[in-house]
Amino acid sequence: MEQAVLGIFQWFWGLFGLWNPLWALIQPVWPLVWVLMKIVAIILPLMLCVAYLTFWERKIIGWMQVRIGPNRVGPWGLLQPIADGMKLFFKEVLVPTGANRALFFVGPVMAIAPALAAWAVVPFFEGGALADIDAGLFYVLAMTSMGIYGVIIAGWASNSKYPFLGAMRASAQMVSYEIAMGLALVTVLMISNSLNFSDIVRAQGRGWFADHGAGFLSWNWLPLLPMFVVYFISGVAETNRAPFDVVEGESEIVAGHMVEFSGMAFAMFFLAEYANMILVATLTSILFLGGWLSPVDFLPDGFHWLAAKISFFLFLFLWFRATFPRYRYDQIMRLGWKVFVPLTLVWIAVVGTWMVSPFNIFK
Amino acid sequence: MEFKTALFYILSAILVLAALRVVTARNPVHAVLFLVLAFFNASGLWLLLQAEFLAIALIVVYVGAVMVLFLFVVMMLDINLERLRQGFWNNLWLGGPIALLMVAEMIAVLSARSFGPEAMPAPAAAAGSNTKALGVAIYTDYVYPFELASVILLVALIAAVALNLRKRKDTKQLDPARQIAVKRKDRVRIVSMPSEKE
Repeated sequence: MEQAVLGIFQWFWGLFGLWNPLWALIQPVWPLVWVLMKIVAIILPLMLCVAYLTFWERKIIGWMQVRIGPNRVGPWGLLQPIADGMKLFFKEVLVPTGANRALFFVGPVMAIAPALAAWAVVPFFEGGALADIDAGLFYVLAMTSMGIYGVIIAGWASNSKYPFLGAMRASAQMVSYEIAMGLALVTVLMISNSLNFSDIVRAQGRGWFADHGAGFLSWNWLPLLPMFVVYFISGVAETNRAPFDVVEGESEIVAGHMVEFSGMAFAMFFLAEYANMILVATLTSILFLGGWLSPVDFLPDGFHWLAAKISFFLFLFLWFRATFPRYRYDQIMRLGWKVFVPLTLVWIAVVGTWMVSPFNIFK
Repeated sequence: MEFKTALFYILSAILVLAALRVVTARNPVHAVLFLVLAFFNASGLWLLLQAEFLAIALIVVYVGAVMVLFLFVVMMLDINLERLRQGFWNNLWLGGPIALLMVAEMIAVLSARSFGPEAMPAPAAAAGSNTKALGVAIYTDYVYPFELASVILLVALIAAVALNLRKRKDTKQLDPARQIAVKRKDRVRIVSMPSEKE
């Protein structure tokens, strides 16, 4: 792909006869430029997806509640997210009087930076990752666990009651569900025998069913069905989405850690939340639903399958929000610690026993 | 200068500065956040040594979990710095010698004689996955020390729970099983009576 992109540049600048001096300038830093271009190629579509995910969310929840949803800006309301973005961009950023000024602005940055950094190791198709590192799964866990600092710092630095309540709820909830999430992933890496995302996907393409044309039965969701459910629900809790949205809790603490933020500072939290939703949907697709693999033999593998799976999980996020009432705080803690953690621990033992028994199917 | 060397100096400089700010910052929350920054840079240094598993484990365990709870506690504290300062001269006679002793120990450990490049040559970078090499080492050569360490952690965990487990009489505890089992007739009683006039 690198050669193809270089070729296009060469052709374009060659039209003006500028290619040779330009290349002499760029060649020493070309590897850096190439990585930056790949980063832009991931971030830009991601931001566009975030924008239209908010639109899709409002539309779908609208339909589920027998409303129409946004339909005024542009054809079918399609320009609504652009209008929202422009509005947030031009709004004044207010800082409360007693706020800790420096940390007040560090908060949103700490929220969005890990949400974007985690995408560095996600493979979109065979060989299509920015950095295909060995410990990719572990890296994503580390990055997503950083996201909580944005919420806590913002909540504390605002010097206000509701944000601080939101921050306290966030730190307890996210740390609790991270444990269930990590333990659920342990089973995945046990049967894949790797921490590398591409290897995990390739491992799902092998098995009796895959040999007989029905690849989707060889994916991890079937042998690890309880972990699949635990992982996705923990993912919903990690991103603070309904029904686990006590951190924001519109009806109780207005918007939690985001109360005092306006304009782009608020937009950063919003972007981070939706980028995290897409990340959880992507990871669930890669780890349990075979990533870019095709469900059946006669259709080719490719990015379109991953996109379809991600869309399905994102739809589930929105469906949950329209369907379930908010969990009470003690119920959230009970589900995390007394249901998910013991369940995952037992399933690790089950999978371990299965793998050393003669019925081992993960080879 | 090679790129890695430059990176090493940048990471180390930030690490040392952040560690210095941990002890000099006036605001305890700032101190904790500088400690997080120090951990992050230490993890970067480990990445330069190609120890990616240890580097990421440092972030997952310390930055992602331990420091979050630490920050949580520090934010709830009402720390009066003036009161803390008062104890400085009173405790100096004990703190000073201990600090000197620790500096002497650090010098002894880090001096070239015992832990220099000659005494401890750098281990060869693991071929292939670093994580796998570490796992194999832990579960074969060092399985007993590893199990011992985990048992010690388990004891500490149970001790922490046991020390903090006090039954409070006045809490209104909810039993979800009983909540779910509630029927309408437990809560509402419908009586039939003739309508009344004022």
